[in-house]
Amino acid sequence: MLYRESGQYKTTYGADQAIFTIPQDRVFFALLMLVAFVGIPLVATNYVYTALLIPFLCLSLAALGLNILTGYCGQLSLGTGAFMGVGAVAAWNLATRVPDLNLVVIFILAGLVTAAVGMFFGLPSLRIKGFYLAVATLAAQFFLPWLFVKWGWLTNHAASGVITVPPLTLLGWSIDTPMEKYLFALGVVAILALGAKNMIRSNPGRQWMAIRDMDIAAEIIGIRPVVAKLTAFAVSSFYIGVAGALYLFVYLGSAEPDGFGINLSFQALFMIIIGGLGSILGSFLGAFFILLLPIFLTRVPPMLGFDLSTALVSHLEFMVFGALIVFFLIVEPHGLARLWQITKEKLRVWPFPY
Amino acid sequence: MAFFLEVLIGGLMAGVMYSLVALGFVLIFKASGVFNFAQGAMVLFAGLFFVGFTELGVPMWLALLLTVGVMVLLAGVIERLVLRHLVNQEGIILFMATIGVSFFLDGFGQLIWGSNVRQLDIGIPTDPIFLMDGEILIQSFDLWAALVAGTLLAALVVFQKTRTGRALRAVADDHQAAQSVGIPLNVIWIIVWAIAGLVALVAGVMWGSKLGVQPAIVSLALKALPVLILGGFTSIPGAILGGLIIGAGEKLAEVYIGPLFGGGIENWFAYVLALGFLLIRPQGLFGEKLIERV
Repeated sequence: MLYRESGQYKTTYGADQAIFTIPQDRVFFALLMLVAFVGIPLVATNYVYTALLIPFLCLSLAALGLNILTGYCGQLSLGTGAFMGVGAVAAWNLATRVPDLNLVVIFILAGLVTAAVGMFFGLPSLRIKGFYLAVATLAAQFFLPWLFVKWGWLTNHAASGVITVPPLTLLGWSIDTPMEKYLFALGVVAILALGAKNMIRSNPGRQWMAIRDMDIAAEIIGIRPVVAKLTAFAVSSFYIGVAGALYLFVYLGSAEPDGFGINLSFQALFMIIIGGLGSILGSFLGAFFILLLPIFLTRVPPMLGFDLSTALVSHLEFMVFGALIVFFLIVEPHGLARLWQITKEKLRVWPFPY
Repeated sequence: MAFFLEVLIGGLMAGVMYSLVALGFVLIFKASGVFNFAQGAMVLFAGLFFVGFTELGVPMWLALLLTVGVMVLLAGVIERLVLRHLVNQEGIILFMATIGVSFFLDGFGQLIWGSNVRQLDIGIPTDPIFLMDGEILIQSFDLWAALVAGTLLAALVVFQKTRTGRALRAVADDHQAAQSVGIPLNVIWIIVWAIAGLVALVAGVMWGSKLGVQPAIVSLALKALPVLILGGFTSIPGAILGGLIIGAGEKLAEVYIGPLFGGGIENWFAYVLALGFLLIRPQGLFGEKLIERV
């Protein structure tokens, strides 16, 4: 009863094209943002920031980037981890080599570098598709981390190979407590998510979706596959690069460049499958789910009185992870975002069944 | 020259091992269109069960038989619990499901048998053999591996000519047509996964006795992917030949080009080689030419 569109007339094109066309959604979203920007900083502890919220923001941005490529443009990629690494290494180099560069500029440039690298590795997509492409992106996944290690200049010839981030400041605001880091990451993610949402709703997004649904048909109606696919790779890599830079700067603090491995790629892939392919909301839901699951699995059995060894837990984690993915695919191949949509449809007619 | 030959032969032999994993992929992809990411995990799984049984004091032949049973059972379970519910889904969904299966098997195998490296000795001699007046050194183990792979290939080719093999090829060709002439799809899928399980068992035993049975086998099995690309997803000879090319190529590259870049290029060379190859022939060496219609 509360949630329904009927009776809400739109009298302008502007109103019809708004992101949230009905007031209920607008109110809900405004409340969500209020909670994220004001509510959480009032209550959250440092543990919640560092173990949950900050990695959640970084990884959901990466998932969002991958979702643009895989969910919207239909190009399966297993190179997310490596592209995050490119973003992180690029941002680190900019931050340490160019003094007094604005943090925002660093992130944008790191994203652009990643976009260039992503476009380069996206070139094969013009010839090949599907699983062949997935394997092709694995080439990036194995080649790039090797490059980070072997090309000493990238890590400033650090003997241990570990890169450590300098203190972060943005226009005089020094970002050092977990809360400030969270707010900074939240700002970046919010702006980029808005950008993605608008891109999806406009011309580029529609081109990507046309390519995804049937590339030959799309080509025939006048969409240039070269442009559409490469912009998808570029935009997706930009997002993933910024996510990687955030991951290093805000979450990890210091990292070995070859830590951006294939596990990260799989994690991002799981996020978008479980969250929902081709859904911005899904990227966030999926990231939340994938991040919470291990924490849940390590915390709940002891609470219930089971004392499990760490090795056992890590194996169980793998099993539950795998089983859940299969379960999700069987029950709802369109992911958590689809469940949310179904909930909204049910709410529309509530309390009647239809 | 002798050194070159030694590297080449060593690479070819390593390639045989990749081929063993790639074969399992091809079998399943051909018969059901599923890109089975779990093949690597199946190799580990089979290897773990085999070595686990032998360590319990079960004689070798019985352990082998028991593991065959486990793999057949696994095929049935995968068909019943996973594939049956995903009929008619897109390829990408099935692919993701096999990633899930892969994680599950990875965790399950190690949950039962632990994650230590286990030595596996099945009595294959490992003495080096010298050729050309002792200039070239070959591990006799590698020769045995090649022999095993050859036997496996021959068995698969013969199997293709049997009644069941023909049914498999019919299903691979066209699901609906096969079903309409009375071939039970579910049974065929169980058979295919069981055969892939057996191939995984052979690969697991061979890899296991070379490197010890350990979780790292799963990531080594990822090397089978460029092999597949090179050979084409649907070709059994392609899997063998692709494996040989990748194996020899990466060893030669590591030895002759590697030093220029500071070494370690073995990890990615196979992928780049496959990638370069794809740009010339997108369907692989022996893959079927893709004809698309709107």
